[in-house]
Amino acid sequence: MNSIEIKDLSLNFGDVIVLKDLNLSVAKGEFLVLLGASGCGKSTLLNCIAGLLDINDGQIFINDQNVTWYEPSDRGIGMVFQSYALYPQMSVEGNLSFSLKNAKISKDEIDKRVKNAAEILQIEDLLDRKPAALSGGQRQRVAIGRALVRDVEVFLFDEPLSNLDAKLRADLRVEIKRLHQKLNNTMIYVTHDQIEAMTLANRIAIMRDGLVLQLDEPKTIYNYPVNKYVAEFIGSPCMNFLKGTILADDKCVFNLDGGWCQSLDLSNYKFHEPIKAEKQVWLGIRPENIAFGDKAENMPVKFNLEVEVVEPMGADTLVWSKIGGQEFRFIVDGTITMNSDDSVLVGFDPIHSSIFDLDSEDRL
Amino acid sequence: MANTTVSQSHESPKGPKPRKILSRRNIILYGTLIFVGIYYLIPLYVMIVTSLKGMPEIRLGNIFSPPVEVTFEPWVKAWAQACTGLNCDGLSRGFWNSVKITIPSVFVSIAIASINGYALANWRFKGANLFFTILIFGAFIPYQIMIYPLVILLRDLGLYTKLPGLILIHTIFGMPILTLLFRNYFTTIPEELFKAARVDGAGFWGIYFRVMMPMSLPIFVVAMILQITGIWNDFLFGVIYTKPEYYPMTVQLNNIVNSVQGVKEYNVNMAATLLTGLVPLFVYFISGKLFVRGIAAGAVKG
Repeated sequence: MNSIEIKDLSLNFGDVIVLKDLNLSVAKGEFLVLLGASGCGKSTLLNCIAGLLDINDGQIFINDQNVTWYEPSDRGIGMVFQSYALYPQMSVEGNLSFSLKNAKISKDEIDKRVKNAAEILQIEDLLDRKPAALSGGQRQRVAIGRALVRDVEVFLFDEPLSNLDAKLRADLRVEIKRLHQKLNNTMIYVTHDQIEAMTLANRIAIMRDGLVLQLDEPKTIYNYPVNKYVAEFIGSPCMNFLKGTILADDKCVFNLDGGWCQSLDLSNYKFHEPIKAEKQVWLGIRPENIAFGDKAENMPVKFNLEVEVVEPMGADTLVWSKIGGQEFRFIVDGTITMNSDDSVLVGFDPIHSSIFDLDSEDRL
Repeated sequence: MANTTVSQSHESPKGPKPRKILSRRNIILYGTLIFVGIYYLIPLYVMIVTSLKGMPEIRLGNIFSPPVEVTFEPWVKAWAQACTGLNCDGLSRGFWNSVKITIPSVFVSIAIASINGYALANWRFKGANLFFTILIFGAFIPYQIMIYPLVILLRDLGLYTKLPGLILIHTIFGMPILTLLFRNYFTTIPEELFKAARVDGAGFWGIYFRVMMPMSLPIFVVAMILQITGIWNDFLFGVIYTKPEYYPMTVQLNNIVNSVQGVKEYNVNMAATLLTGLVPLFVYFISGKLFVRGIAAGAVKG
């Protein structure tokens, strides 16, 4: 049974098409992350699911019920907003119980649910306080609590951690994951932060210009991005892209425009279809898949590079270099000392690379 | 060696920088402020001292001198005995008329305008922009154009020369500017709050009364001040749309001051004017702080 089913959803603001014929199913208990740069339509989609925006075409089902024309409060959803959106004049308890009072639920039941939610989120001590007297992290807990008390099947998160500082963000991220494991209800989570997406999601939907580019498990998206945009979006530091030509020549399979040539063994690479010789491509390799020093010796492809800039980050070090005039980054262990202008040996296994068409930028 | 360092640090500048009280900057700044203050306060001073003098003393002609013999007789006369036309019960009748006009007008106009503003800001219904444009356009049409049509309208409604008619007029004329005020304030309230309330199951009225209104006290105070002072000080509508029995205080004041018969009782006129101005003055004094805060709150995005 699907918890959420979206069929051919379209939305436009005047002449601007925001979402077009979008289809999406979310299984019960699944944690789906909608990921994309700002303006890709991810928040808009969430607002459509919540019923806060009227759609132009299509249907939305929640728990097998067609809720396309339902009011937000009747859809069986709880929502958490980026700016917390707590009612400033109400205490924490007032905030938590507001929806229950609107639903005319008995006082005993309200008390019970508020207490329960406060306990889960560890905000029992704060119930009498006003939102202004809370820290950012506490406010977001209350906002989550407000969704929690409603006892709904589906949780919608609209960039809930974006207003928090880095440390709190990491803490609350884990807490949301814990909450999901505990409640096991369906969650749809909008973010532009790929780390949040990777850590939280069962599946990630990467969106761009109102379209879902790829919908898959985080690992699949990380290892097999469908196009260059997805490959760039997921992973930090960003994937390296080398522009070049695949040749039929054994000694020089991959020829870089700058004159750099490597004999890549691509026999294990799973091409969607056999490619023609002289194909112009982007060769994508993640910085973390590049071996250095002794490990590089055992790699099928190895070559020497000149170090340009070294960025120590503690646990590891990001090294910037160039291959045939094109930007190339790789990560080495933080214990290794390296200086600019050093010449170092690096290598990689083509099995970990991604190859994209130069023009369409789709995965080959 | 150590000693010299210590003594040096004592003599060298430390703590706040000393400022001369009689610096050129201070003299110009405070001088200007005091001058302007006096300039504005002199008329008020003249009114107060004149209202406390008897007529013989006023005839001496020295308007700036304080009263030799303080008398509250003019105030009593202005309030309870001054004559306008056939009535000789002073300004008190006008005062109560003004109260009867102002309170319902303020209440009704603010209630409707705030709901207008809320609907325009949060529930962007179809044609909302057109409606808003028409309403704002209304603010730029001179009153004079609408006076006579409104007389006919009120006559046909059977409200002409009656208090409810005047209340209706004040509500209508307050609508454009108040709606603009409320709409602009409500648009500064984060939209997510409104969305959260919708998800929480609050309807149009629920959100208005339980989420928006409690957050908007400053703008309600601003609207109240604008309306109370505006309606209290109104002369034109009062004189056009009511009859002598229902004349507001301002109209009655005019009739007292401008009566051509008998001696001009300057002390009574001054007392009557001060009495009429007391309500707006009082409103400004008690709400000054909130007023400023409300204006600022409308300007700065919260």
